[in-house]
Amino acid sequence: MSPAMATDGPALAELLLQRLERAGGGGLGSLEAAAALGLEHQQLVGAVKSLQALGEVIEAEQRSSKRWELTPEGKEIVQEGSHEARVFDSIPAEGLPQSELMKLPSGKVGFSKAMSSKWVRLDKNADGGPRVFRAVESVQDSVREKLQLVQQGEAESLEEKDRNELKKRKLLMEVIIKTYWIRKGSAFSTTVTRQETDLTPEMLASGSWRDLKFKPYNFEALGIMPESGHLHPLLKVRTQFRQIFLEMGFTEMPTNNFIESSFWNFDALFQPQQHPARDQHDTFFLQDPAEATDFPMDYLKRVKKIHSQGGYGSQGYKYDWKLEEARKNLLRTHTTAVSARMLYRLAQQEKFTPAKYFSIDRVFRNETLDATHLAEFHQIEGVVADYGLTLGDLMGTLREFFTKLGISQLRFKPAYNPYTEPSMEVFSYHRGLQKWVEVGNSGIFRPEMLLPMGLPEGVSVIAWGLSLERPTMIKYGINNIRELVGHKVNLQMVYDGPLCRLDA
Amino acid sequence: MGRAAALVQEQKGTRKIRRCFRTAPAPADEEVDELCFEFGLELDEITSEKDIISKEQGDGKAEGASDIILYKIDVPANRYDLLCLEGLVRGLQVFKERIKAPRYKRIMPANGGVQRLIITEETAQVRPHVVAAVLRNITFSKDRYDSFIDLQEKLHQNICRKRALVAIGTHDLDTISGPFTYTARPPSEIRFKPLNQSKEYTASEIMDLYRTDSQLKHYLHIIENKPLYPVIYDSNGVVLSMPPIINGDHTKISLNTRNVFVECTATDITKAKIVLDILVTMFSEYCEKQFTVEAAEVTYHNGKTCIYPELAYRREKVKPDLINKKIGISETPSSLAKLLTRMCLKSHVTGNGNNIEIEIPPTRADIIHACDIIEDAAIAYGYNNIQMTIPKTYTIANQFPLNKLTELLRQDLAAAGFTEALTFALCSQEDIADKLGVDISSTKAVHIANPKTAEFQVARTSLLPGLLKTIAANRKMPLPLKLFEISDIVVKDSTKDVGARNQRNLCAIYYNKNPGFEVIHGLLDRVMQLLAVPPSKESGYLIKAAEDSAFFPGRCAEILAKGQSIGKLGVLHPDVITKFELTMPCSALEINIEPFL
Repeated sequence: MSPAMATDGPALAELLLQRLERAGGGGLGSLEAAAALGLEHQQLVGAVKSLQALGEVIEAEQRSSKRWELTPEGKEIVQEGSHEARVFDSIPAEGLPQSELMKLPSGKVGFSKAMSSKWVRLDKNADGGPRVFRAVESVQDSVREKLQLVQQGEAESLEEKDRNELKKRKLLMEVIIKTYWIRKGSAFSTTVTRQETDLTPEMLASGSWRDLKFKPYNFEALGIMPESGHLHPLLKVRTQFRQIFLEMGFTEMPTNNFIESSFWNFDALFQPQQHPARDQHDTFFLQDPAEATDFPMDYLKRVKKIHSQGGYGSQGYKYDWKLEEARKNLLRTHTTAVSARMLYRLAQQEKFTPAKYFSIDRVFRNETLDATHLAEFHQIEGVVADYGLTLGDLMGTLREFFTKLGISQLRFKPAYNPYTEPSMEVFSYHRGLQKWVEVGNSGIFRPEMLLPMGLPEGVSVIAWGLSLERPTMIKYGINNIRELVGHKVNLQMVYDGPLCRLDA
Repeated sequence: MGRAAALVQEQKGTRKIRRCFRTAPAPADEEVDELCFEFGLELDEITSEKDIISKEQGDGKAEGASDIILYKIDVPANRYDLLCLEGLVRGLQVFKERIKAPRYKRIMPANGGVQRLIITEETAQVRPHVVAAVLRNITFSKDRYDSFIDLQEKLHQNICRKRALVAIGTHDLDTISGPFTYTARPPSEIRFKPLNQSKEYTASEIMDLYRTDSQLKHYLHIIENKPLYPVIYDSNGVVLSMPPIINGDHTKISLNTRNVFVECTATDITKAKIVLDILVTMFSEYCEKQFTVEAAEVTYHNGKTCIYPELAYRREKVKPDLINKKIGISETPSSLAKLLTRMCLKSHVTGNGNNIEIEIPPTRADIIHACDIIEDAAIAYGYNNIQMTIPKTYTIANQFPLNKLTELLRQDLAAAGFTEALTFALCSQEDIADKLGVDISSTKAVHIANPKTAEFQVARTSLLPGLLKTIAANRKMPLPLKLFEISDIVVKDSTKDVGARNQRNLCAIYYNKNPGFEVIHGLLDRVMQLLAVPPSKESGYLIKAAEDSAFFPGRCAEILAKGQSIGKLGVLHPDVITKFELTMPCSALEINIEPFL
């Protein structure tokens, strides 16, 4: 809004309101009102809009209408007279040489029009070349009069023939304009109060706010986001999983050891030394420090024996178990290596006490990478050790765990893991995909793993695991894992991420 | 499934199964899916050759192709008996109680004409074991033959560990005559026409020949650098095979072969026996005397003689009570025996009902403990029929103190306006050394022996490179960028059993048009405030000027707290900024938070 308009605004608006008051209940058109008030239509529209912003003072319905307007040449004619009238006026009693007349601004057009109206005559045989003389005493400039009518908004009073003639002469044009039909609003008043933008300390101090009117807010616009830091979505999900385990009474395992020996990562779990997972293609081995040096030797001997000869009711794998293989350091391929350490530690207690453990931490695989697989990811793991645990106990524990994640429909499929028997994959029904999808893996640790540790024979250990990334990707609708994990993260996604409520 | 299955080591052979269900009409897809699921198989896809061809090459090419339904099924890695159609159908039929599990029998040939295989001493250095058997009067068809070849390939990839542990050779017995000799000779002395080749080559030439073979090149390394190569001859000097690389062309089997000599050479005798048992039990179905296998005799150089295949049936006794207790069900002993019998583990109740005797067939090498038997009982009972219960195990939960501290600090760093990053623990040497202006040898970095790319050369010794890379990948975001991460770095530590340990670090970075040292310094003050450590020389924290190649000279300080140096802060060196492909000044802070536990 220009400064002039801003100051004119209130006065103008009040003029409009007074006019509306007089117009009664039917209301009035903006075009007519502008003409009546002697304003440009656009000015009146400004007044309408400022009144609309006040709320219910007026009702304005937008319409479009056709209107005749003067072209710039038409406006000039209203000011100066038609070309022919100007030609007529410029001719003195003694006449004017045609050549001079033609040099006048309106000369050419005016001469031919004046000639056809028989206002002037041409004497071709005059001395000094053709000469133009007035043919009548006075003329009535009807073109100008007609155009004046148009300017006053009374174009409709002209005959159509005349309008077309003027349009043909490019003095008039028909334009489509947006107009308003204005009626009184529910809060109609003929005076306009200035509206304050917002509360100020001065208003509070003086109490003036009581008498002031305030501009309404536009509640459709967005607010300004607060400046803040943000937590990473994957770690927000980690926090929730931690919370769930803690709610279920599970103690957190110390998984802050990415480097592990093959012994704890594989051998302790009764995973044979020729197992494909121990292949260079699947696991990151270390060059430096290449080997672990310290093992609980009694336990290690029992592990060696169970692999190579069997025992504890097992046939074993009957192969030549090598210490060198067990010494090889690697980046742990699962946090179950830590579970093995914890269970071994539990077995060293004087008297066995039941335990529930959990962990959520990084694991590493030297595998082919794609949109959903990275070389490192987070494994979530839960372990319960107690006398007499059953497969039904494992399933019941899983049901409680997944219920807390908002997953209620579960199905269990027999599966194979080297260190659990029985083993079961956990499936849940995905409503979006309309099929059963795997959500975790679970089982009861093999006696060949537990008994060499020294755990009592009747103790069973149930365990389950899943990745942190997959539920997070599903939760936040992320298709490429690189947008979530690692330096290629999409920070905008981090900024915009909602709270993590897994059961919502 | 992918690695979401955290407890799983992926090792599943995929097998196309044809006409798995021989009863007409063909079962509904859901029925097949349900059966597979119940049995522990994964029905990957239902398709047909026609479908496959039209998907790969377009509809036009698929005309005339077979539209027999193919079920693509994933089989558990330890169930070698389910790797071929023959075994899978047999297993499912027994499971559905349509047939009884066959009993596999080793028979001695009439007239005492047992095939003999003699092992010489030289093999000890390269591949010391061999086992053998004969499939007598077998009838192949195209499908059977294809399946026979395919099973060998599956076994090679799986239990044979890409032929390193065991290599299978199958020969037309009628083209050769025993006794056979398994020996090892210098490559130059071995000469024969390899399978499907047109002329003879020496062993050395054969290695060269297959160096570019997409399949065989993967096996050459197993013997390549040995002075002697293993080789099997018949009594006339005909080469049967040069394991684990290739068979001779002379003995190759065809659809018309009637008698198959099977040999498995190995470095692991246990696995060789399993492989032989699997192969012959699966295909003895097509022998004239169904499910019988003719024995072969193997004589070691020390005179020890063994008869193969073993086809051993082992007996185990398991108490019904134990089975019920481990699963959480209460079935009668006879019902449990019936369940196990459906899993090809023929069982019956013994004594006065307090024991079940289970016979483990030679096809089930995966059964090594009572727990394996219990699992089979549970599968036959139906996992999803087991009553879910909640263990009564009562425990008090504890957080790991380091993680508890980390969780608390994360919340407050975000509240301080910094955004959390999550970067990789593995990176290149360049990231932690060259780019920070230090030599890799001066870091205590742990080095990876077998990285596939430079991204996985070392475990990070600092969180800073990851944060700098995060900024580089998000340069389009509005400034300033304020990031933090609290996570583990890894350093060598000879006091640990594995020679390395994690350390929990906190790193934060400010990236803007101005270096903003005061912002990062302020964050340090805030972190110390959160940790209730006052700025003080004696009992609190202080910073003092220091030098570090990663920081701009004169703009770096060491942070001292708890009587030790816990890290540094400062304005990053322009070289560091440039090397991480950044263009703005930047300040950073990295501390070890473990002293604050």
